[in-house]
Amino acid sequence: MTTTIERPHAAPKPPWHRRAIERARRRGIDVRTLPTGAAGIILAVMLVYGEVAYGQVLQASTLSNLLINNAHFVILAVGLSFVILAGGIDLSVGAVIAVSSVAGVMLVGAGWPTPLAIAAMIGIGTAFGTASGVLVQHFGVQPFIATLAMMFLARGLASMLSTTPQRLPDDSSFRLLGEPWKLIDGPRVNDLMASAGLVVAVVVVVVAAIVLQRTRFGRTVYAIGGSESSAALMGLRVPRTKLAIYVISGTLAGVAAVVYTARLGTAQNITGMGWELTAIAAVVIGGTLLTGGYGYVVGSVIGALVLGLMTVLITRDGGVPPEMTTIITGGILFVFVMLQRAVVRRRR
Amino acid sequence: MTATTTRERLGALASTPLVWGLVAIVVLLAINSLRDPGYLGVELAASGRLTGNPIDILRTAAPLLMIALGMTLVVATGGIDLSVGSAMVIGGAVSMEMLQAGDGSVGSAMAALGVALLITAVLGAINGVLVAFVGLQPFITTLVTMLAGRGLAKVITEGQNTSASNEAFRWIANGTVLGAPVVFLIALAILVVVVVLVRTTALGMLIESIGIDPKASRMAGVDRRSLLVAVYVISGVLGGVAGVFATGSVMTVDVSNTGLLLELDAILAVVVGGTALTGGRFSLAGAAIGALLIATLDKTVVFLGVSSAATPAFKAVVIVALCLLQSATIRERLSRVRLRAPRREVTA
Amino acid sequence: MEPRPPIVEMRGITIEFPGVKALDGVDLRLLPGEVHTLMGENGAGKSTLIKALTGVYRFQEGELIVAGEPVRLDGTASAQAAGISTVYQEVNLCENLSIGENVMLGQEPRTRLGIDWRRLHARASEALEALGLGDLDTRQSLSTLSLAVQQLVAISRAIVANAKVLILDEPTSSLDANEVARLFAVMRDLRDRGVAILFVSHFLEQVYEISDRLTVLRNGRHQGEFAIDEIDRSALISLMIGKDADTLDAIAQKREAAPREVDAEPLLRARGIARRGAIVPTDLELHAGEVLGFAGLLGSGRTELARLLYGADRLDAGTIELHGRPVALTSPAAALRHRIVFSSENRRDEGIIRDLTVRENVVLAVQAKRGWLRRIATSQQRTLVDDCIARFDVRPAQPERRIGTLSGGNQQKVLLGRWLATDPEIVILDEPTRGIDVGAKADIQAAVLELASRGVAVIFISSELDEVVRLSDRIVVLKDHAVIATLENGPDVTSETIVARIADADTQEEAA
Repeated sequence: MTTTIERPHAAPKPPWHRRAIERARRRGIDVRTLPTGAAGIILAVMLVYGEVAYGQVLQASTLSNLLINNAHFVILAVGLSFVILAGGIDLSVGAVIAVSSVAGVMLVGAGWPTPLAIAAMIGIGTAFGTASGVLVQHFGVQPFIATLAMMFLARGLASMLSTTPQRLPDDSSFRLLGEPWKLIDGPRVNDLMASAGLVVAVVVVVVAAIVLQRTRFGRTVYAIGGSESSAALMGLRVPRTKLAIYVISGTLAGVAAVVYTARLGTAQNITGMGWELTAIAAVVIGGTLLTGGYGYVVGSVIGALVLGLMTVLITRDGGVPPEMTTIITGGILFVFVMLQRAVVRRRR
Repeated sequence: MTATTTRERLGALASTPLVWGLVAIVVLLAINSLRDPGYLGVELAASGRLTGNPIDILRTAAPLLMIALGMTLVVATGGIDLSVGSAMVIGGAVSMEMLQAGDGSVGSAMAALGVALLITAVLGAINGVLVAFVGLQPFITTLVTMLAGRGLAKVITEGQNTSASNEAFRWIANGTVLGAPVVFLIALAILVVVVVLVRTTALGMLIESIGIDPKASRMAGVDRRSLLVAVYVISGVLGGVAGVFATGSVMTVDVSNTGLLLELDAILAVVVGGTALTGGRFSLAGAAIGALLIATLDKTVVFLGVSSAATPAFKAVVIVALCLLQSATIRERLSRVRLRAPRREVTA
Repeated sequence: MEPRPPIVEMRGITIEFPGVKALDGVDLRLLPGEVHTLMGENGAGKSTLIKALTGVYRFQEGELIVAGEPVRLDGTASAQAAGISTVYQEVNLCENLSIGENVMLGQEPRTRLGIDWRRLHARASEALEALGLGDLDTRQSLSTLSLAVQQLVAISRAIVANAKVLILDEPTSSLDANEVARLFAVMRDLRDRGVAILFVSHFLEQVYEISDRLTVLRNGRHQGEFAIDEIDRSALISLMIGKDADTLDAIAQKREAAPREVDAEPLLRARGIARRGAIVPTDLELHAGEVLGFAGLLGSGRTELARLLYGADRLDAGTIELHGRPVALTSPAAALRHRIVFSSENRRDEGIIRDLTVRENVVLAVQAKRGWLRRIATSQQRTLVDDCIARFDVRPAQPERRIGTLSGGNQQKVLLGRWLATDPEIVILDEPTRGIDVGAKADIQAAVLELASRGVAVIFISSELDEVVRLSDRIVVLKDHAVIATLENGPDVTSETIVARIADADTQEEAA
């Protein structure tokens, strides 16, 4: 007879950051919210710093403009959050915006009614998202490559449509979507404003947060990001969910294109170059782990606003050469990644 | 020993992505030849240099080939280097600034090249250290250096597109030896050097080893960290070389566009060449074929009279076609692998 | 005794993989309210059969009948829909989610406003309560739980799903005695509620403790179905391995402490080496040509101590001397340079490089030692791998084959070849014979003795105390992160005396 006795390993003493996290946990703080909370604090600090250093930041008009001008970017970041939370990536969103907005403006120019053009624009996004999803899910193509292909395809198609800026007709009802509304007529143009685009962004954020937190689909997204094989073995609908996240990301890219085009009134084939990377940066800054499983939609909103506010502050400062912008973006991203590394335990 | 039948060998050949890349090149050239039977003609011009479409293709492929080689090694470790495009623009910016300040001699050309490579090596080393020692994800790390790197190039040239003149430099980028473009010969030489470097030493096997299983490699005594730093430095330096030649052909660095998104082309070349983005086994020859394919595609699109801005759409078609081709074989293999998985039990 | 119709009936299941029949006409019947154990050596087809039952694999022949209805499963979801729940050996849960959510994933209570989190946590608590885990805060992250508790959480999923069939694939391999007792209590409770439990375990004692009936497989074939009191242990072992259990014992005669000069300078001397949470300050001596066994429970510090000697983990305190000179073993690479090798118990994650060939796996450590610049000549690589294949009878004998396609036993042999190719002075083997077939086991044991006879110092670690006793000259007994005894092997040392030592230390502690 063989005598076999087994017992589990005792855990070694964790490093300092793990212990700090333990303390936080004991105080009833969900450590998963820490990176997102930190992003919120950074945003607040940036606002206060901006107010103190340059003035006229913490006021209705500046803040409304920040929101209105970044509405499309928030929508984009929300779409990417779904993909990244599930451990995927979508590089195509910037190019999808280009093809969607160029097509939309041309359709309006060709006399299509605005609602139809908008539906077409969103539909284009959905189509690209679906294509990415099918490549990833049914043909086993890596997300990076599949969405890279869709990025190339979208950019190329946009260029085939037109290589010159396309303008919406000045009287087009499409422009109304981007028109800011004065909610409160403040003194010295310090108005509280909103726009249809901003409303769309808010609706998208709220719906996305509800879907991710309160539906089985949303929880499956998190489960896949945590461990795809576990999710599959638990009997969750992994294939369907993986397809759906790309459809969502593509569709929201189409929505972002509508919001952006309405505000700007023009569209061009080179619109949105590199936006996918900035949007990924926003999602990561907002506390979503690039490997999936951890993060919140609200974090992506904060991340997008952090980057948007940064541009505002750099413009206000005037002393920072514009070429420093990307260096600062890189720096902020770096700081947040380091922060996340400290917070999120590594797998055993 | 097992005897391999011809049929098995052919089958193995057909499942090699490299072969599909070659086939795609031949198909593209055939299409062009159909349109213009003299397409493949090469003429000896009065100046003693060869001219013709194939020569053009080789010249276009050269910088991409260089960065694709570095990218292959990075990808083989399971990483990715998004910063090579920025390494290119830094290499270009540094060399142009040096040449502008220099006296136009061969010596100053060498100095410019040397400093450019040194700085891009440092950029690569930063990537390597962050990935290997700090433990950040390659995607995020190189996204940071990609953003910061282009910013740095703009800072170096103070946001200007710097031009310079230096005959030695111009010769390297535009000259010919025995009719062949110098820059392609250099790219070929680099290919040979890198192949020799990784295959006559154990570098290749050790890179594959850490790409497949970092933990087991460590237990086998493999020094993962120095290998990682090495591949990112190689990738950075090759990016710098590519940048110097890409700017050398026009003797101007365009800080906003030099090397922009070229990292994606390089990744595409690597994947077309049969190296999986998940790391492990890699093929440098495959990456070279991939780079040639992309260059051929670029030229073909222009030749067929489509706007060059639309090129990406054709790249997308190639990616999707190759992915589906490989996917059919991959899926067949996958189903075999999936079935084979329990073999360790069944043949134990 | 067969009044109840089976809830699951598998008839003539055949699964063929390219080149091999994994299952050949296997039958399995699960009755409601029984614990049914699936027995077989590694490679017998247990996992394959389970995967056929859970919809992971499809079978080419045979039929599956669940509750009297023929069923065709096309995935894990459909198996769960048919009332079949599975808990795998490697817990398949999501560490990024809360405990409660892991219990309820896919079965969340919902209202019109989506998931009802309050009710979700309440129901999760209820299900955990049934397993004696009512005090867990279900809102905490799953990652705060030990592996053992995670296993129970996985079982609670089956309770929530109201499973009629529960498959437990080696659930006890990482549990201590108390946890096993708790698990068994849960299993009995579920059984009494009419659940059919399919249990897989390698531990005979546990099998006899918990099972009602068992089915034995060997080489993908059905060997018989028995009530537990119909078959005794030796008959069962014979059925499983196909030859008498004594053969294994005959492979190596029990070793006794080799005569040694008392004052001989030890090859390795460790003084006060320690690592927080792993091993308290420990002294150790290792002599050339001896086999030093580490005996102790999993988690006693036996693996942890070995890892310190290889530089796989860092020392917090203490010194290690080789040949009387202090050395700094800061990494596996450093240990390799000092001619120390370590074969990890975790063959899959810390051993083989699955996509490299057998040849590359053999030369890897030597190559890493030489550095990447000095590549080992092709002819020399050939020699190394041919030696390894011939010496350990690696099958198939194909140097250019991917190692991932070899069986566990052959992978282990290749790994042994890798370590021996570095010409080591000290060889540390952590569970080298776990999960491999009898033949490979004998080959590896023979290799250990052969190494020692050539003057190599061997540290041999195994959960199977008999094996340790058979091979070792001296045995270090560990318990609770400390060495509690060092025994010279002799006729009076047996696995029972070692167990007694460990138990004895227990009573001493309690007395103190």
